[in-house]
Amino acid sequence: MSKKLLLKKAHVENIRLYDVYRREGGYRSVEKALKTMNPESIVEEVKKSGLRGRGGAGFPAGMKWSFIAKPEGVPRHLVVNADESEPGTFKDRYLMEFLPHLLLEGMIVSSFALGSNVSYIYIRGEYAWITDILEQAIDEAKANGWLGKNILGSGFDCEIYVQRGAGAYICGEETALIESLEGKRGNPRIKPPFPAVQGLWKRPTVVNNVETIAAVVPIINDGGDEYAKIGIGKSTGTKLISACGNINKPGVYEIDMTISVEEFIYSDEWCGGIANGKKLKACIPGGSSVPILPANLLLKTAKGETRLMNYESLADGGFATGSMMGSGGFIVLDEDQCIVKNTYTLARFYRHESCGQCSPCREGTGWMEKILWSIESGKGKKSDIDLLWDIQRKIEGNTICPLGDAAAWPVAAAIRHFRDEFDWHVDNPQESQIRNFGLAHYADEIHIPVIA
Amino acid sequence: MSEQILHKVIIDNITVEVPAGTTILNAARQIGGDVTPPAMCYYSKLEGSGGKCRTCLVEVSKGSEKDPRPMPKLVASCRTTVMDGMEVKNITSPKVIDARNGVVEFLLINHPLDCPVCDQAGECDLQDLGYNHGKEGTRYEFKRRTFHKVDLGDYIQLHMTRCIMCFRCVFTADQLTEKREHGILDRGDHAQIATFIEKNLHNEFIGNVIDVCPVGALTDKTFRFKNRVWFTKPVDAHRNCTNPKCCGEAQLWMRGDEVFRVTARKDEWGEVKEASNGKTGWICNTCRFETKKVSDWTIEGPSVINRHSVISQGHYVGVTKPAETFTAVMKGRNPKLLMDIHDESEVNKSNVELSKLDRPAHSTDFK
Ligand SMILES: Cc1cc2nc3c(=O)[nH]c(=O)nc-3n(C[C@H](O)[C@H](O)[C@H](O)COP(=O)(O)O)c2cc1C
Ligand code: SF4
Ligand code: SF4
Ligand code: FES
Repeated sequence: MSKKLLLKKAHVENIRLYDVYRREGGYRSVEKALKTMNPESIVEEVKKSGLRGRGGAGFPAGMKWSFIAKPEGVPRHLVVNADESEPGTFKDRYLMEFLPHLLLEGMIVSSFALGSNVSYIYIRGEYAWITDILEQAIDEAKANGWLGKNILGSGFDCEIYVQRGAGAYICGEETALIESLEGKRGNPRIKPPFPAVQGLWKRPTVVNNVETIAAVVPIINDGGDEYAKIGIGKSTGTKLISACGNINKPGVYEIDMTISVEEFIYSDEWCGGIANGKKLKACIPGGSSVPILPANLLLKTAKGETRLMNYESLADGGFATGSMMGSGGFIVLDEDQCIVKNTYTLARFYRHESCGQCSPCREGTGWMEKILWSIESGKGKKSDIDLLWDIQRKIEGNTICPLGDAAAWPVAAAIRHFRDEFDWHVDNPQESQIRNFGLAHYADEIHIPVIA
Repeated sequence: MSEQILHKVIIDNITVEVPAGTTILNAARQIGGDVTPPAMCYYSKLEGSGGKCRTCLVEVSKGSEKDPRPMPKLVASCRTTVMDGMEVKNITSPKVIDARNGVVEFLLINHPLDCPVCDQAGECDLQDLGYNHGKEGTRYEFKRRTFHKVDLGDYIQLHMTRCIMCFRCVFTADQLTEKREHGILDRGDHAQIATFIEKNLHNEFIGNVIDVCPVGALTDKTFRFKNRVWFTKPVDAHRNCTNPKCCGEAQLWMRGDEVFRVTARKDEWGEVKEASNGKTGWICNTCRFETKKVSDWTIEGPSVINRHSVISQGHYVGVTKPAETFTAVMKGRNPKLLMDIHDESEVNKSNVELSKLDRPAHSTDFK
């Protein structure tokens, strides 16, 4: 049984309400932080904890906090990124829906640490009902003196506002989010300047994921060192994984990053194995943007080691044979799934979500989608596969924001690992319309050359 | 005043010193010639412009004297400022050439390539870019994106299908007019420049969007289909414009005694020049669209045009062509082959010196 820090109380009845949450030990970290600590020591604790950003990039949170500029007389802001629009990712939704006060508690402590008197939650537009849940929780917290002026007599003022997005994945990118929060079109900004120097209304701003901020609560309660003891290496603490696809038990799980991928998929404690007795073919382990891996490379690294559910192990082998932890959206594909179709679906998503500012992303995503559709519908040519490769290569790294990369990576990884499935589609245009390529050799053990 | 801090930058093996805060692109412009990356969206007179088209990507092979590490990715030279000791590779970097060819291909896949019927042809940045970096043929085999033409009133036609989404017209309207009435609708490859509910653009300075548009997406309706730009002769002229914000200094595009078109004067980068009063030489709609008689203007003489474009192929007295940088870039070696597309295409007779004619140019001078 893996240790739970965030979801431990998720099943307590009515934990969504303030009274229950408080009775279960809620808001202790605010008391501790505001009464016994100063902002610097909180940042220090978060640094010690080794907490990495849970939004996708895995940047150390404490480090990010220490970069925030502190010019005299200029307000600073904390913005919580609750835009969660990455296909396969739905962990923040679970957390906010069931434990809204955990997020608020983390936000109050973090706002105190960063010196933010007005903090925001930017929430995905489609999460309309969660906005209501959060706003109700804010009202309760305010009525009980956890928000407002002079919280707990500490002299610290803090207000939290929820802002709904209007249905754009790109507004999850932190600078696009800031633009949108300012009431503008959500186009990513050109960096530098970074938000830590010039963010919301040109003020120093920290943007963090919902889960990152929630994790501040156990870090303050138990201490950064305690938190760092959980996990392996630079993957400290617990991580929420939203598991979906062809598994028996889809859902949101909290893991401590020591278990293997195999255990996570097959153990009854987690995903409970592949549904309908099918075989595992492939997996996108960290949300739609990260490289897809065939079963054999998913369960074992290219070196033949067991792959674990953590930042380092999932990334082992780089993009050649590894993937990424990403946002923790774990998408499992069984032997009946078609990789070409899956790649097409993702390409369609990125084409639709590109903001359209930079030429490679605006034009390239649409082009890739069209080619993938040709191949999928039996009209592809052999040269199309190389062309796809060339297009993704010309998008990656040449755009303003990482959405361009996120659109290129899934296509690159699919071709890298499943090229023969693409070839088969092209060579068998009719057959490919009535049956799938199947599992083929994607779960076969990989021969590991012995290096003398 | 204190001494300005100068930074030494090496771009394609050529050293230049520029004030701190200068962008790589502007440093390269001081060198000129092929060392200067092409810029389709940046416009020095428009705040916030640049960074979008990605044609100006360059490789920073050395970050600075203090921190010599190279930058991991190619950077947009129009939005990256120089550091002391920085080393930049533009045409000497195979990575840059490869990426730029990619960007040009991306810009062209959905472009209608209707140059034969486009008023911008001959002075179009995308045409120049295509000549320099494009491949013959296309790898794009799908239907190209099209939009309906939109009428923006009596003066301006929006042909969205040709737009490359540089955002310049939006910045222009933001910064030059009281209230912007057009913007970007939707996103990604379905994004478009639009007025949302179709309406006319009225502001007295809105005509300048035509001058900033690098392609033929925004064209002058009073000039539409009347002539090809290379058949007209540009002359500098001014008038006593009563609009206090207008500089009254313009360029008339004439054929015979007829003024076909009025535009702002442009520099070698295709941007609106500075006027004699030191301000940017934007002109008002009255000057641009409604004063088309020679008698409205005081003609100063033939314009000096040193842009890379068909229109600069006419030979004028006093033309300063950008200095050739080939040998410097190639560290003393000479290039093997040079081909001038305009000689090749015989669009203009390169031996006719237009400014030496003691009369307006006629079409016979061009054929
Ligand atoms: C296209 C795009 C979409 C993103 N969407 C989200 C999102 O929905 N939620 C999120 O937390 N981070 C998202 N990110 C990452 C954010 O830019 C940012 O890195 C993150 O919010 C930082 O928080 P963290 O350090 O706590 O992970 C997205 C990034 C990109 C490029
Ligand atoms: S990479 Fe795509 S989403 Fe990001 S700024 Fe460029 S066009 Fe917009
Ligand atoms: S209409 Fe012209 S100026 Fe405006 S964005 Fe398009 S290409 Fe740029
Ligand atoms: S000119 Fe630099 S990105 Fe367009």
